[in-house]
Amino acid sequence: MAMTQSTAAFTKQLTKYYSFYTGGFIAFVIAVAILEQMGVPNKILGYIFLGFTILLYAGIGFMSKTAEVSEYYVAGRRVPAFFNGMATGADWMSAASFIGMAGTLYLSGYDGLAFVLGWTGGYCLVALFLAPYLRKFGQFTIPDFLGARFGGHIPRLIGVFAAIICSFTYVIAQIYGVGLITSRFTGLEFEIGVFVGLAGIMVCSFLGGMKAVTWTQVAQYIILIIAYMIPVVWLSLHHGFGPVPQVAYGYALQKVTDREKVLNDKATPDGAREESVRQIFRDRAAAADAKLKGLETGGPGFLAEQKKQLEDKAAALRAAEPVDAKAIAAAEKSVKDFPVDAAVAKKQWTADKGVAARAAPIKPHAQPFVGKDEKASDIARKNFLTLIFCLMVGTAALPHILMRYYTTPSVKDARQSVFWSLFFIFLLYFTAPCLAVLAKFDVYTVLVGSKFSELPAWVSAWATVDKTLMNISDINGDGIVQLAEIVIGGDLIVLATPEIAGLPYVITGLVAAGGLAAALSTADGLLLTIANAMSHDLYYKMIDPLASTTRRLAVSKGLLLVVAVVAAYVTSLKPGDILFLVGAAFSLAASSFFPALVCGVFWRRANKLGAILGMLGGLGICMYYMYMTYPFFGVNAPLWWDILPISAGIFGIPVGFIGVIIGTLISAPPSKEVQELVDHVRYPNLEGDIDTVGT
Amino acid sequence: MQLTQKHHEYWNRNLKVTAVLLALWFVVTFVMGYFARELNGITILGFPFGFYMSAQGSLIIYVVIIWYYAHYMNNLDKEYGVHEGEDE
Repeated sequence: MAMTQSTAAFTKQLTKYYSFYTGGFIAFVIAVAILEQMGVPNKILGYIFLGFTILLYAGIGFMSKTAEVSEYYVAGRRVPAFFNGMATGADWMSAASFIGMAGTLYLSGYDGLAFVLGWTGGYCLVALFLAPYLRKFGQFTIPDFLGARFGGHIPRLIGVFAAIICSFTYVIAQIYGVGLITSRFTGLEFEIGVFVGLAGIMVCSFLGGMKAVTWTQVAQYIILIIAYMIPVVWLSLHHGFGPVPQVAYGYALQKVTDREKVLNDKATPDGAREESVRQIFRDRAAAADAKLKGLETGGPGFLAEQKKQLEDKAAALRAAEPVDAKAIAAAEKSVKDFPVDAAVAKKQWTADKGVAARAAPIKPHAQPFVGKDEKASDIARKNFLTLIFCLMVGTAALPHILMRYYTTPSVKDARQSVFWSLFFIFLLYFTAPCLAVLAKFDVYTVLVGSKFSELPAWVSAWATVDKTLMNISDINGDGIVQLAEIVIGGDLIVLATPEIAGLPYVITGLVAAGGLAAALSTADGLLLTIANAMSHDLYYKMIDPLASTTRRLAVSKGLLLVVAVVAAYVTSLKPGDILFLVGAAFSLAASSFFPALVCGVFWRRANKLGAILGMLGGLGICMYYMYMTYPFFGVNAPLWWDILPISAGIFGIPVGFIGVIIGTLISAPPSKEVQELVDHVRYPNLEGDIDTVGT
Repeated sequence: MQLTQKHHEYWNRNLKVTAVLLALWFVVTFVMGYFARELNGITILGFPFGFYMSAQGSLIIYVVIIWYYAHYMNNLDKEYGVHEGEDE
């Protein structure tokens, strides 16, 4: 009874605090807007935004400092369902969701929706299979559950290993995002941005562990959702689609679809202009292809001959009257840039041949599984569905998410908390497809067909800042923008929306702060997971079970610092492609954890040998397939059934389940105590129940 | 700790609701995803239906699935007397 009142009072208090906080944040944004009107330069505004929000998180982190084990690991198990939902939302939505998602949808249309589906539908699995049971078990980490349920150190150790592998892969992608945002909006070097961002991450988690991370994540969720919504709603109003674009964008989609048809139809004037640009790309690709073939047959002789031709051309131009300085400079440049040997030539011409891709007709936005024939389309569908499956199962297996359900006061709250989690995630994911269509509408109808001499301000601004995000040039020289003359980087969509919608710079700063909040909150949760797996599972449970509370926390904080620095260092080396890193983390988690965790709850007979075989088998096959097929590792073995390496989990998950089943059936059933543990987690409350809550 | 008939019944009902919701999840995600090309032939409120389901429709159903499960199980706990004491 007393407990209920204190929970209710606590919730009320939290609601009050966070309402004040939200109001204060909006007031801050307005104040910055006034500064902007007074003529403060954009760069200073960027500093103010990033500095202020990081200080804010540091303040919350400082206020939440703790010396209690259960507060440090699970926020004292008193986070109400609603707030845990917000914290999970921030924990969940990373830089990839906030900045990358709408861009992916813009670029790949329907096929990009695999991420939208995978990253939301996975919560059904969390709710149905794991959250309530883990909450009833109620210790500190996911390896804790494996250790108690399957007995002995080996399952726990494999759990620690898998938790570290998938969290580390994922955290690199986050810190990368932090570095990118910091460097873009403050002008610092990327490597310095990484470490500045890291300082921001550390101040949140170092003093107060999970307690501090939870309350900062709630604060970060509020910022990121405001930052995502304002520009989208504004863009929608700007184009006359009303204040609820999530519902009204069907109309924009229709217009985009009509426009796609016009631009793809050579018979229309707009389509003919597109076609002229595509023809130029096709010619360039054909020329590159011819040179590649010549190189293959002619070897170095062909290379020398080609160079000679360019030199002759430059000489002829120099001799010609009247002198055309521009043409001479261009010809001399092409001589100077001519590849020095066959290897360089091959690389350069292969890249040149790649412009053929820009000659392709526009892919209709709403059309699923676009392929050149039915077979290619079926392969695209297969990869779409397997990717969704891996992302969903991975969602229900990532330790930093599952851990959040240890922090609610009860099983009932854990169930409700999954609902709130998905609800808060849903708000952003429900909006991303709409933002992609609105941005496309703007580009297709406003930008395409405008004059190069009168480009919209945001286009020229981004084209000068970053060519990888916005690359636009008058290929066919007609002075009018064609779609085929624009190359857009996915991240541009979210970053440039405020400018496309004609909002002041302050909103751009707000979006940067939102992206930073998304990246920081996810990185926090992940770093804590890694440090806890090492300090709690490895050190306390396996090396020194008699360690004092002070010592446990000291080890934990020390490890947090070490892991963070290592992660930042690895990130500053810029490894691999972000989206692949993220996808890989999901496949790895899905293959290693999901089968063992689910069987641990739903199959009483599952035992230690089963868990060991299942986890090692799943993880092993998943890592093997990625290593063999992902180009980064250089093996490039043939794909199995055309499945892309990002979806390696589709092989790992079944192998994991088969491993659990075989291992279990060839060894003795688990002890009576373990069977009692299974009953314990299945019923929220049992008479004469055992107690497993960790302290 | 001896489980009674009632406890087994509780667990079976839990399994049943889990299976039904999981089936719904499967149909919405994978069956509709598989037939997205065909479903796009239908237009609702300006959206091709297959596209709409993957972009937004399925998401709404996921939220409802989880809400329903929490609601159903919290009531089931009470009905079978296995709810936690603190919120009485």
